[in-house]
Amino acid sequence: MSHLLEVDKVSKTFGGVAANSDISFNVHQGEILGLIGPNGAGKTSLFNSISGEVEPDSGEIRLDGVRISGRGPVVCARLGIARTFQVVRSFDSMTVLENVMVGAFARTNSPGKAMKKAESVLDFAGLSGRVDTPAHLLSPPEKRRLEVARALATEPRILLLDEMLTGLTPTEAQAGVQLIRDVRASGVTIIMVEHVMEVLLPLIDRAVVLHLGKVLTEGLPTEVVRHPDVIRAYLGDRYAAA
Amino acid sequence: MAGSILGHNSIQRRRRLELIVGLIVLAGLCLLPLVVKDVYTQNLIILTILYAGLAQAWNILGGYCGQVSLGHALYFGIGAYVSTMLYVKLGIPPTLGMFAGGLVGGLFALLVGWPCFRLSGHYYAIATVVVGEIGYLLFLNWDFIGGASGINIPFKHESLVELQFRVTKVPWLYLVIAYAGLAWIIAWIIEGSRWGYSWRAVKDDVTAARSLAVRVFPSKMAAAAISGCLTGIGGAIFAQFVGYIDPDSIMSGNLSILIALPAVLGGVGTLWGPLVGSALLIPLKELSSSYLGSSGSGLDLMIYGALIVLIALARPQGLISLLGLFRKPEGAR
Amino acid sequence: MTAELILQTLLSGLLMGLIYALVAAGLSLIFGLMDVVNFAHGELLMVAMFATLVLHNLLGLDPLLLLPIVAVLLFGVGMAIYRLLIARALSVTFNTGMVQIFVTFGLAIFIRGAAQFFFGGEFRSINNSWLANKTVALAGIYIPLPQLAASVVCLLAFALLLAISKTEFGRALEATREDREAVGLIGIDRDRIFAIGWGMGAAAVGVAGVMLANFYYISPQVGANFALIAYVTVALGGFGSLGGALIAGIVIGEVEALSALVLEPSLKQVGMFAIYLAVLMFRPRGLFGRL
Repeated sequence: MSHLLEVDKVSKTFGGVAANSDISFNVHQGEILGLIGPNGAGKTSLFNSISGEVEPDSGEIRLDGVRISGRGPVVCARLGIARTFQVVRSFDSMTVLENVMVGAFARTNSPGKAMKKAESVLDFAGLSGRVDTPAHLLSPPEKRRLEVARALATEPRILLLDEMLTGLTPTEAQAGVQLIRDVRASGVTIIMVEHVMEVLLPLIDRAVVLHLGKVLTEGLPTEVVRHPDVIRAYLGDRYAAA
Repeated sequence: MAGSILGHNSIQRRRRLELIVGLIVLAGLCLLPLVVKDVYTQNLIILTILYAGLAQAWNILGGYCGQVSLGHALYFGIGAYVSTMLYVKLGIPPTLGMFAGGLVGGLFALLVGWPCFRLSGHYYAIATVVVGEIGYLLFLNWDFIGGASGINIPFKHESLVELQFRVTKVPWLYLVIAYAGLAWIIAWIIEGSRWGYSWRAVKDDVTAARSLAVRVFPSKMAAAAISGCLTGIGGAIFAQFVGYIDPDSIMSGNLSILIALPAVLGGVGTLWGPLVGSALLIPLKELSSSYLGSSGSGLDLMIYGALIVLIALARPQGLISLLGLFRKPEGAR
Repeated sequence: MTAELILQTLLSGLLMGLIYALVAAGLSLIFGLMDVVNFAHGELLMVAMFATLVLHNLLGLDPLLLLPIVAVLLFGVGMAIYRLLIARALSVTFNTGMVQIFVTFGLAIFIRGAAQFFFGGEFRSINNSWLANKTVALAGIYIPLPQLAASVVCLLAFALLLAISKTEFGRALEATREDREAVGLIGIDRDRIFAIGWGMGAAAVGVAGVMLANFYYISPQVGANFALIAYVTVALGGFGSLGGALIAGIVIGEVEALSALVLEPSLKQVGMFAIYLAVLMFRPRGLFGRL
């Protein structure tokens, strides 16, 4: 089986603290991969490396065998990596449609084509009723959808979702889960970071567990949660917090 | 609600509407000389429209791309000096010289942008203040261009090519209308193009913009080049209009602010903000200083300052938001 | 160029640099706390200088005795500016960055106009203070007493600011700056902290203004030049860093004094501006700015 994305011995330190050390795993075409682990496990840092926002100190990340690590977010986006952010980053001086058009312009110079693309993506994301609303007036779950729509408009091969379901009500979260399933059904591979285990586990095909910047284990979600190291990491984390 | 009424191509409709209103405003401005005969008022209108063009030039970088430059007097001054020197020393007419001035202004904007665009937020704003101040000090001490005593542009004869008009102010009016119109139409084109979207994305959130393949640095540089170029052309027109330039009148930090203010008060990053802002600010400033005394009492400064504070606080999105027509539909619930 | 001349130059650069540093410290404090650059900072300095002049003429007190009065006065002015204008500017949801720039800028013009209105545009000075026109000679180097006193007071004010940052209140300040949202939860009144921060920033400028009034001309325009230097100092030292402001102030003072030796007097500021730009190329957030 060919790997769409290969994370190969990636390490990154910030101010002497190792956010990621020697992380390796592969992502298969068409799967939903869950990246789980307690706070400070290095999930967001890894996302930043994959999306090109930061350059790993060592190791390599390849998309379809082509190195993407260290080449910057613009190249990564062009090659097919799109992402959402843990804290929503909408373009607040623009309408919903204009927000998504920014993403669509990654693939075209024509405003007409960008608009058509944006409209169809918004329809897909269930925001077609909010097209002309200024982005800053959206509700939090709507903003999350906007970010997904904007990312999809760049026609990605891999979509990175950073805590997209966190902070949503159960109903909103269920709607979000449906959107994620729809995205995968459209042929986009998904890597997601999430805290809400109950929602995450049934959704993902495979899980990679990070702890203290290292890969603890990887496998099927059902196996992973029964893994003794994982239980210890989570319980330990909980004891420490209490 | 607004979305469903306007249908799927509301952006195109809005842009078409804006273009039509733009043409109506243009026609209205062109008819002004038929109504306004008195020279003082004509003068005031000329300055107001010139500032509308300058503020639009600033708006392209500051408003659309979000890079708050407080040093635009540098490009204004450079444009003015280039065209004036070409005219006075080499006899090249300002109709050509102003484009040379614009070109050099744009080049300097790139030159300033190259190091400064790595700075963010307030660091960028302050760096532009400093760059403007350095330019002012250097020009003040540069004897070849007249130093602190400036350059006088001698009046030779009435000439359209050399932009020398004494009989009537009307040609100036049409010139500044053409200038402001050019700035407006460039902003209109940018707003609808890929560049416009990228620049506004850069303004709102750099990180998100980058993740969508927006090339941030080139975006800023392109905006700076266009903005600096238009500002330089404005400077050249102003020099020819007043007939005398020195660093104090065309390169001071206050001028940098005066170029930015109409856009900020009128509505930053909007097509009409610069015009609306100038229409209020420039007459108010000129009238208050001529009625309340520019050198003496300071009352004009108090009014001017208080007005800036009040508008900025009461209408952070600019005066333009008072006119519902151009407001983007809000709260579609 | 004699050794004395160079030493003299270095010393006057240091003395002036300490004043720049204190003016910059006020600016830096406010910025560090709430991400607001006060473009009316120079005008606060001017207000302090005029306050010193008026009180000196009215009460016949020496500027040195007026120091606490003017500092308290400016503290009040700073708090008032925060409560009346800045709190509102911060609550704006649109164009927040631009609104705060132009609100403080409009305020600067207003204050300048008011000074012009009440005092006229001419240059004034205080000639009959205790320190006026006195110098001390040290190994062939003459030190004007007002400048010396000013720099000593500025150093003391710096020490006070540092001491405050070590107190309970200082930690509350630090917490407010670290996490703007969270402090509301742990019972720190953010609004009150911001107001006091503005008061302290203005009081720091007030102290510098009183000492400056001892030897510098006083006019409605005097603030503009100091403000520009303060921005350069703060950006050089790094916004929000007290130590950075101190070191950058001294650097700026020295560069200015030394460039006056080699450049034309009217160009002496070009030297420090160039140094500032050069440093920013390598450290976009200043020498000690948090990245």
